[in-house]
Amino acid sequence: MEKKKFERPVIKKVQIGMPSKFGLKSEYAPIKEIDGVPVKDLIQQYGSPLYVFSEKTIRETYAEAYKAFSTRYPKVQFAWSYKTNYLNAICKVFHREGSWAEVVSGFEYEKALKNGVPGNQIIFNGPYKTKEDLVTAIKNHSYIHIDHYDEYYMLIDIAEELQLRPQVAVRVNMDTGIYPQWSRFGFNYENGEAWDIVQRILISNKMDLVGLHCHIGTYIMVPWAYSTAMNKLIDLFLGIEKKFNKHLQYIDIGGGFASKNTLKGAYLPGTDTCPTFDQYADSITSTLINSSINIEHLPTLILETGRGLIDDAGYLLGTVHATKRLPDGKNSYITDIGVNLLFTSFWYDYKITPAQEFGPYTEESVVYGPLCMNIDVLREYVQLPPMKKGDHFVISRIGAYNNTQWMQFIMYRPNVVLIDTDKKTHIIRKKENYETFAIQEQIPEHLK
Amino acid sequence: MKLKQKLAISDSGFIFDPTTGESFSINQEGLTILQLLKEGKTEEEIKKIFLNEYDVDETVLDRSILDFISMLKNYNLIENGE
Repeated sequence: MEKKKFERPVIKKVQIGMPSKFGLKSEYAPIKEIDGVPVKDLIQQYGSPLYVFSEKTIRETYAEAYKAFSTRYPKVQFAWSYKTNYLNAICKVFHREGSWAEVVSGFEYEKALKNGVPGNQIIFNGPYKTKEDLVTAIKNHSYIHIDHYDEYYMLIDIAEELQLRPQVAVRVNMDTGIYPQWSRFGFNYENGEAWDIVQRILISNKMDLVGLHCHIGTYIMVPWAYSTAMNKLIDLFLGIEKKFNKHLQYIDIGGGFASKNTLKGAYLPGTDTCPTFDQYADSITSTLINSSINIEHLPTLILETGRGLIDDAGYLLGTVHATKRLPDGKNSYITDIGVNLLFTSFWYDYKITPAQEFGPYTEESVVYGPLCMNIDVLREYVQLPPMKKGDHFVISRIGAYNNTQWMQFIMYRPNVVLIDTDKKTHIIRKKENYETFAIQEQIPEHLK
Repeated sequence: MKLKQKLAISDSGFIFDPTTGESFSINQEGLTILQLLKEGKTEEEIKKIFLNEYDVDETVLDRSILDFISMLKNYNLIENGE
């Protein structure tokens, strides 16, 4: 006779009255496979923890976003936000789909070039560009988005020195009616600073002003904020046309689209509250189309969406290392995924789903990582089916910012695998070992 | 180990403690343990029954029963002195 599947015996008190802060049960079915590849096999072959990316999901999400914009506006260009995820294989999928590169440092710029992106398809953003970075970008005809006056003057000096004309855009910050207002990057619209720098660029005639750029924030839940931003950029655009008779090539509306993850403290899950690409596209493109810009001179619309394009494609697979009863009776799990591997768990309540069959019963649990640090908590309160030592689980929607903000801390970082559209798996970043770090260190002679 | 005598255990996994008025919900494995405890089975006998019926190794079972009994004690569902 086949033996029954064992679930850890659990008992919980029925609480009547105020809802529990652990929330409601959210897991109804296990995630046993990703794109048809069994989770168990992935862990067996590549180890646990393991990052897994679905090329199929990346391409489908990109297609959905591109369609939302290109069906509403004639000139659309996406630029892949390197800081969101700069694993080369991931970047290359986006470039194959037609994305340019949007970089914010010399390191990212170098990566984009090595990934085969032509210089004139690289947008160079950010507040910290060194002279060396700018020289390279100018020589490669990349688009430099000016962040502050010192950068502007540095560009003038380089332009005179090299006798080259940098291709530049102005980054504009503004009040779009949302909180927080990002004011540290670029030039302010409301106080006239943005118009001032535009005039300086055009009057000095040392560089080519080709576009306007803004990036109003991150995880923007209200599409109308983009409409407000676009109206302000259009005002500058029309002002330039009127005063200088110059038609800019593009308006870059930046990124900041929300993904379906749930922010900590949110009442409703992100899957219910996150706007669709169509809603964002409608808000942005209708403002452009309905503006006074002459139809002959409509600028290219550039989008630097990062999170919205990659979050859904990433998974982090883990294993329960131990279960532990806390002094107050709460169940807790010690897992092999620490906050150093899932940096974004500081602001998201991640969905954690067992990778094997489970019953209808759930228990209030805390999910810890393996680090000997009190802050290593993946979920403070979550209703989960009982799991036991050795069970696997899947954390979904982790594609954005984790493989760039991860830290090597206490433990080595694990393998990252890509499942291609033919369901074949490829390591796209090897797990670290002692040598990875030993090679960077040096011991002074007297300590040898 | 003895369960509280007046503890009401329904077949569907609903537990009621009439001495405190508290109610509990329980999964199938927990319910089986409670029913066996009520029948007077010892911890060792319960383990044997589980090893026969369930696909589980002894260490995981030991560890799980230990945790479950700690929860029964935590909720005061075991007779005093046990």
